[in-house]
Amino acid sequence: MSEDAITRANPSGQNAGRALALLALALGLVALPFLVQAVGQPALVPLATRVLIYAIAAASLNLALGVGGMVSFGHAAFFGVGGYVVGIFYRTYVDDGLFLGLIPGTTQLLVTLPAAILVGGLLACLIGALCLRTSGVQFIMITLAFAQMLFFLFVSLKAYGGDDGMTIRRRNELFGLNTRDDVTFYFICLAVAALVFLALWRIVGSRFGMVLAGIRQNERRMAAIGIAPYRYKLGAFVISGMGTGLAGALMANYLRFVSPDMLHWTKSGELMIMVILGGVGTLLGPLFGAAALVILETVLTSWTEHWQLILGPILLFVVLFTQGGLTGLFDRLGIGRSER
Amino acid sequence: MSQPLLSVRGLRKRFGGLIATDGVDLDVVEGEIHALIGPNGAGKTTLLTQLFGELSHDAGEIRLDGEAIDSLATPQRVHRGLARTFQINQLLPDFTMLDNVALAVQAREGHSFRFFAAARGDKSLRQRAREYLGAAGLAHRAEIKVANLSHGEQKQLEFVIALACEPRLLLLDEPMAGLGHAESEQMVAMLANLKGRITMLLVEHDMDAVFALADRISVLVYGRVIATGTAEEIRENQEVRIAYLGEGDA
Ligand SMILES: Nc1ncnc2c1ncn2[C@@H]1O[C@H](COP(=O)(O)OP(=O)(O)OP(=O)(O)O)[C@@H](O)[C@H]1O
Ligand SMILES: [Mg+2]
Repeated sequence: MSEDAITRANPSGQNAGRALALLALALGLVALPFLVQAVGQPALVPLATRVLIYAIAAASLNLALGVGGMVSFGHAAFFGVGGYVVGIFYRTYVDDGLFLGLIPGTTQLLVTLPAAILVGGLLACLIGALCLRTSGVQFIMITLAFAQMLFFLFVSLKAYGGDDGMTIRRRNELFGLNTRDDVTFYFICLAVAALVFLALWRIVGSRFGMVLAGIRQNERRMAAIGIAPYRYKLGAFVISGMGTGLAGALMANYLRFVSPDMLHWTKSGELMIMVILGGVGTLLGPLFGAAALVILETVLTSWTEHWQLILGPILLFVVLFTQGGLTGLFDRLGIGRSER
Repeated sequence: MSQPLLSVRGLRKRFGGLIATDGVDLDVVEGEIHALIGPNGAGKTTLLTQLFGELSHDAGEIRLDGEAIDSLATPQRVHRGLARTFQINQLLPDFTMLDNVALAVQAREGHSFRFFAAARGDKSLRQRAREYLGAAGLAHRAEIKVANLSHGEQKQLEFVIALACEPRLLLLDEPMAGLGHAESEQMVAMLANLKGRITMLLVEHDMDAVFALADRISVLVYGRVIATGTAEEIRENQEVRIAYLGEGDA
């Protein structure tokens, strides 16, 4: 099975089955908070919220990594910066000050989320413009280096908590909803996730997406038909950074806390693991991958603090034997065909 | 003679100690099929690669329609009307034949920063791509993934993609190599059919095809053009006989 699952032409007969499975998944996600309450496990709602937020980040990374073939090991930068947008807006609001002497604070989600998208995109434009002049291992290392630079920058920013990070006492507000309520916040994240996946689905199938997938497969061929790869890669990298910044802003709201941990290279690694677990280049793979990693982490940490020792072999198994992550596995078992 | 479509002067390329292109002068006239022949390792592919801008030359000048194109990157040269096929296939293996051709059609329509409408649902794009495939007798294979095509079909696809770029000057690097007898004849027929409409610089070892198609032939040996002329002139040329034809390479 190749890696281009979302960019491959669909044999038309399977479309109906896929649409059905997708509908079932959507209904399941909507019903989830009520189901877990019914079985007396309300603590699963925050867990599912975390899955959704990571799914947004992983899906965004997947556009660069899975579709465009840009193996970024620095996406924690966009995730963390998205979180800090929320934190800094909140701190500025509380202090009644001006960020950089210009920008007033706010606690409105309708401001902080677009701001995080914007900042994530701008940062990705900057980092991408420099990193995309390299490729292969060099690209991996230089994206990692940029993310680590940002990590140390925020560690040293004492005004925003430095090492310890910042607490955000209250989640951002949206239309007078009680965002503190876990179920309400779950639905906010679900709505955002749905929009992100919809947007990515359109992008991947668009002219831009076809060019991007072409670049992953053979840059020389793309140049030979008159397409200069660099700006398309940069465009995809920026979109990817925007989505990841958005996820970071949601995570800061979810945790009501932001710290350099969100920028740490291990976070970049986790996002990559989610993409690989779910199936590189597949549309819904990142959702499955995020669910798998969050659940694994939760289950394994309850057994042992050395949970990563167990995660390693599991990951190895998935990469070596499933050919295409969980999506590929589901496919061969004949279930969850919706992801194509 | 009017101004040539392609004019190369003093082109030079060195790989370490090896001089792959050694002061090449070459004119390709609009409308002609100009064959470039020479023994293995003569530097034919290297020359095409420099003309196409994928490899920079150390010295010399390349003009297309009178304008120097030396400083242009490959995609810009494609926009100026250059296209090439590769001796070693350069295709998009995860895509279908149709996708491969449709992307070339799409690239001709300007930038691809269009994020919303489904490219595979674009009827005019798909239709034109199908026409190109149909003209090469490949319509029935349109939906097959490139990785699952035979070598000969991939070779033909290379050619169709190049045509979909609607070039003024087509650089062909051994389009017949690896084709079966029937496929090879079909390729010769297609080239003959395009003759006059698209100017071609044809690198080919199949001498029957070369003599059948070419208006003029240049012979490249050790990176130098040792002779240029009509098929007759090349056949009679003593130096060429010794250096190349005498080897029985064809
Ligand atoms: N990138 C490179 N680096 C070093 N040497 C190279 C490179 N590309 C080609 N060469 C050398 O340059 C010479 C010319 O190679 P080229 O591929 O152009 O020959 P050719 O005429 O196309 O041969 P063939 O008929 O076998 O295709 C060869 O000796 C080759 O080994
Ligand atoms: Mg060659």
